[in-house]
Amino acid sequence: MSDQLRLVVAGSVDDGKSTLVGRLLHDTKSILADQFESTLRASEGRGATEIDLALLTDGLRAEREQGITIDVAYRYFATPARSFVLADTPGHVQYTRNTVTGASTADAAVVLVDVRGGVSVQTRRHAAVLALLRVPHVIFAVNKMDAIDWSEQRFAEVADQIRDVAARVGLVSPAIVPISALTGANVVAPGPDWYAGLPLLTLLEQLPARPDEIDAPFRMPVQLVIRPRTAEHPDYRGLAGRVASGTIAVGDSITAHPSGATSVVSAIDGPTGPLDRASAGQSVTVRLADELDVARGEVLTDDAGIASSRAFDAVLTWLDERPAKARQRVLIKAGTKTTRGLLSAATSTWDVDDLRWREAREDLHLNDIGRVNVQLADPVAVDDYADHRATGAFLVIDPDSGATLAAGLTGADLGQLVH
Amino acid sequence: MTTVTALPTDSALRELEAEAIEIIREVVAEFDRPALLFSGGKDSAVLLHLARKAVWPAPLGITLLHVDTGHNLQEVLDFRDALVADGGHRLVVAEVEQWLADGRLAERPDGTRNPLQTVPLLDTIVEQKFDALLGGARRDEDRARAKERIFSVRDAFGGWDPRRQRPELWNIYNGRHAPGEHTRVFPISNWTELDVWRYIAAEDVALPSIYYAHDRDVFERAGMLLTPGPWGGPKPGEALQRLRVRYRTVGDGSCTGAVLSTATTVDEVIEEISVSRITERGATRADDRLSEAAMEDRKREGYF
Repeated sequence: MSDQLRLVVAGSVDDGKSTLVGRLLHDTKSILADQFESTLRASEGRGATEIDLALLTDGLRAEREQGITIDVAYRYFATPARSFVLADTPGHVQYTRNTVTGASTADAAVVLVDVRGGVSVQTRRHAAVLALLRVPHVIFAVNKMDAIDWSEQRFAEVADQIRDVAARVGLVSPAIVPISALTGANVVAPGPDWYAGLPLLTLLEQLPARPDEIDAPFRMPVQLVIRPRTAEHPDYRGLAGRVASGTIAVGDSITAHPSGATSVVSAIDGPTGPLDRASAGQSVTVRLADELDVARGEVLTDDAGIASSRAFDAVLTWLDERPAKARQRVLIKAGTKTTRGLLSAATSTWDVDDLRWREAREDLHLNDIGRVNVQLADPVAVDDYADHRATGAFLVIDPDSGATLAAGLTGADLGQLVH
Repeated sequence: MTTVTALPTDSALRELEAEAIEIIREVVAEFDRPALLFSGGKDSAVLLHLARKAVWPAPLGITLLHVDTGHNLQEVLDFRDALVADGGHRLVVAEVEQWLADGRLAERPDGTRNPLQTVPLLDTIVEQKFDALLGGARRDEDRARAKERIFSVRDAFGGWDPRRQRPELWNIYNGRHAPGEHTRVFPISNWTELDVWRYIAAEDVALPSIYYAHDRDVFERAGMLLTPGPWGGPKPGEALQRLRVRYRTVGDGSCTGAVLSTATTVDEVIEEISVSRITERGATRADDRLSEAAMEDRKREGYF
């Protein structure tokens, strides 16, 4: 089990997301006196009689003035069990863009649902995007339970709605937790007698993090070839990178893709010295028995399992204000490889409101999710995103401005969605 | 509301290290003229330590850039120069004094020079043709910093617009930019003050002596313990006292205060900040007390 959990919190504008984040920080004692006092002063300045926990996290001028969250913010808290990196994403207009940003690196997601309104359009969108991005654990937190006197019956109704949405987007048996972010009940403190499950924070502390990545086949995109040519290290030649999945050990045979060159691992240098083996998440430098012509952009594997191709099908989440153009020329960055690419027109788009694929009638616009074919100038080694999150993702980049136009998932489809 | 509770475990610390090394390697691989912003403070000392590891056993071919307000403590400058000499690094120093001398900048009425760093920083980036700047900023330092991406593209004015940030997806970093723009990169974004100190302990990273408790002549101003220096003071009514103190951050002497402390070792410092009820910046940085959004306002203008 990892001792750090990367968590994304999503939810609609008024579902109490900032209050929950403030509550987690406050109840894990991650807010120090000066922050608390300045937040209290800011709350009083706005006419409140008690501390407004949302003001702890909404830090930008415009956010405080308008009472909304504009962009993803990152927070840190720790409990005796584990440390947390929390991506606090806005529920507002640019929902897909920001949720994708927060969710792409997340081990777990909490989606807030206001118990009074039940499942909303935003709940469906967030659930769909989190399922699309294959976030390993999705927890629905049914909030504002205090406002309905912790009605067990109402919670059961909303939980049924959530299970229906989860099934349609392909989330298998999601956790559904009743909470009050305002009072803290069942967040850190215990919940009502009728609820048999764990409080939200306890649940988060006990989630297994990233087990798949260690068990998966070995993948390491090469970032740098390190050749010091110094008096001390005249012949050193190492392939530096971060292990994306699996494990590699000294003596293992290895293949570089797309070149297909093979060799045997003769040494692994880690940040604290030589290693016998390295696994997912570690930044290392691998030395090989043979002098292979391997450069940045290649992917090392322990077998020939990764596909190298000049074209692939993909799902794009369009993130730019300017819509996609038919046969648009772009840059594709997959792992450490950047190459020129050409996007087909979208073949189908995903209606996030009723969760169905439809034949594409127009170009992809901001926040649209659509299927395209990507042609590449050079072969690129990629996996299906459904199998390997780390080596199945790519960026679509504007060659002129450098802007990130879209988040890409190779070969991905949306699982058990109704088509 | 008493203490910061848990300490992250060693594996969490090594994960932060692996992430930082990955980010630094992306910069080394993708940029032509990267620089590392080095103030001599603990965050930049850790960043330099990580950068050396990222390319080991090759030498680190990255210029170090220090914007010197002219109000730095001598111990910090001595530490900087010793570290640069020892590592064989190229150091560029942008002296705020020079910009004041030739009229490109004017002193502020309150005497603080911290906000004056922005112009020399931006001028030096253009002059030296730096295309990427590695910095030791952390998201836990400030509400505005919490919004910062790891790769942050800045326009020709160095400006930061939180509404127009690029989405940052997976760990595929996009630092591409148009000519005239540059990219700021923050490899230790996800570290907290405690993570930095735990890493200093684990790796035996050298720091300026002022981070550890020592006897110093200080005077009190606006609740902070300042060292006498060219920034003025003590003024009439501000009495000098000899106290046992240390610094939690280093920066411009006019607005960075010392804290009362008896912590003379790394372990004692970790113990001290573990039970502190005040954040690093809340305790010792006057420039962040100017308004609710002081850091955001400075960052919008190109401050680091």
